[in-house]
Amino acid sequence: MQYLLLISSEEELAERTIDAGGLDTFTTWLSDLERRGVLRAHRGLHPSPTATTVRVRDGEVLVTDGPFIEGKEQIGGFALVDCADLDEAIEIAAGHPATRFGQVEIRPVRQ
Amino acid sequence: MSDHSAAVGAVRDVEQVLTESFRNDWGRVVAALIGMTRDWDLAEECAQDAFATALSGWRRDGVPDRPLGWLLTTARNRAIDRIRRERVGVAKLRELAAVTAPEPEVDLDALASGVADDRLRLLFTCCHPALAFEAQVTLALRTLCGLTNAEIARAFLVGEQTMAKRLVRTKQKIAATGIPYRVPPAHLLPERTTAVLGVIYLLFNEGYAASAGPDLIRHELCEQAVRLAALVAERMPEDAEAAGLHALLLLLNARFAARVDAAGALVPLEEQDRSRWNAAMIDAGMTELRRALGRERTGPYQLQGLIAACHATAARAEDTDWARIVALYDELLALVPSSTVRLNRAVAVAMASGPRAGLDLLDDLAATGEVADHPLLPAVRADLLRRLDRPAEAAAAYRLAIERTANRAERAYLTLRLAECVDT
Repeated sequence: MQYLLLISSEEELAERTIDAGGLDTFTTWLSDLERRGVLRAHRGLHPSPTATTVRVRDGEVLVTDGPFIEGKEQIGGFALVDCADLDEAIEIAAGHPATRFGQVEIRPVRQ
Repeated sequence: MSDHSAAVGAVRDVEQVLTESFRNDWGRVVAALIGMTRDWDLAEECAQDAFATALSGWRRDGVPDRPLGWLLTTARNRAIDRIRRERVGVAKLRELAAVTAPEPEVDLDALASGVADDRLRLLFTCCHPALAFEAQVTLALRTLCGLTNAEIARAFLVGEQTMAKRLVRTKQKIAATGIPYRVPPAHLLPERTTAVLGVIYLLFNEGYAASAGPDLIRHELCEQAVRLAALVAERMPEDAEAAGLHALLLLLNARFAARVDAAGALVPLEEQDRSRWNAAMIDAGMTELRRALGRERTGPYQLQGLIAACHATAARAEDTDWARIVALYDELLALVPSSTVRLNRAVAVAMASGPRAGLDLLDDLAATGEVADHPLLPAVRADLLRRLDRPAEAAAAYRLAIERTANRAERAYLTLRLAECVDT
């Protein structure tokens, strides 16, 4: 099954953690997934102030600055994994360093 | 006996066997069918069909030698028919054929012996942490215990519609998110087993002291919880807490007949007629408890089992070893620092060292906010004040306690006590 992992946390906290060397554990996580062949895609995102939100209402394109939900906690990256079941997806998610200070939402991908 | 009454007797026998079989085997049949088809709705429907067919078939042909085997085969054949007829599951049918085709004669013993594991698989799947707690309990009651939506709705004081929706959503989540149908692997087992035991424990509690409604005890829920605890303890003999929970529930359930008087009012532990306790169930509980304690770890269920054993083995209420019970609560409090444990410990202290000591402890706990809003606090305080011969204060506390409980049997008991305080 395919799962999208939405990785989110307080953005400042994420930056500080990365600056403080949090990237090491991240690299371990990533290379383990690559070795297991479960990773279909993985990307980190620019912080939420770079977000642009688009809505179309009554035929008019409305563009606003910022993410669609304001808040301290923002999505900072995503991973698409292909694994056996939810238990394996949970195990993969739990290995992501952001779960120590933020969280990972697991969403099954429609087949 | 005339032919007519013999026939009536036989019909009654069939119904009795079937009722028994429903209680024992419903979960087994559903679990086996989910195992084969991975389709929860189909599994339940085919199990229902099998039991319905049994009612007419067994009346006509007599009860088969192996009722469970008969039910399993019937349900499985129904599933194959359904899948074939609906023509939606060609691939599914192929899978099913692969599972069941090789033997022309189905080995019913083998089928039945594999089924215990299916039930455990089903229980762990129902209690998966990705499901909300209410959803876990609901699904377990529906699929493993065969309670109807209406029964489950009543047990949890929600509408039947709400309950039906919750079940649909839960099954959808299991299918859509790929929650595996299995007993988790060793490294996940400890935490997952804790969740399973927690569901069973709360299920029992809801039956033992129903949070609202006409009956203090919903005995059906207690029975189902004991069954599930027995299943887990039997299938996971190395898990001391599983055995501990099974022992605890047996020891508590043994008091069932003595807990409510003829008028439906709660009878407190020290006033219960102990000859009405179920001696066989106590023996079974004590045996299970010894088995649990043979293991190294002493967990919360084993400790509560030990406390229940102190009561179960005291011939009269005044023989109860309250000092030991206080010591056991101390141990329990170190593991589970909850307000309920604190409150129960205060009651034990009152019994061991007198109501004054209990009341002082209660005041301390209430002052620090540790039991301040516990629903049972006023009732416990009222009992201690009554024993200290302070009827006016006791009456006020009983009134507050009556206000706080929605359980009719508990209310009846508290009202009796209030009357005593007002009379004196």
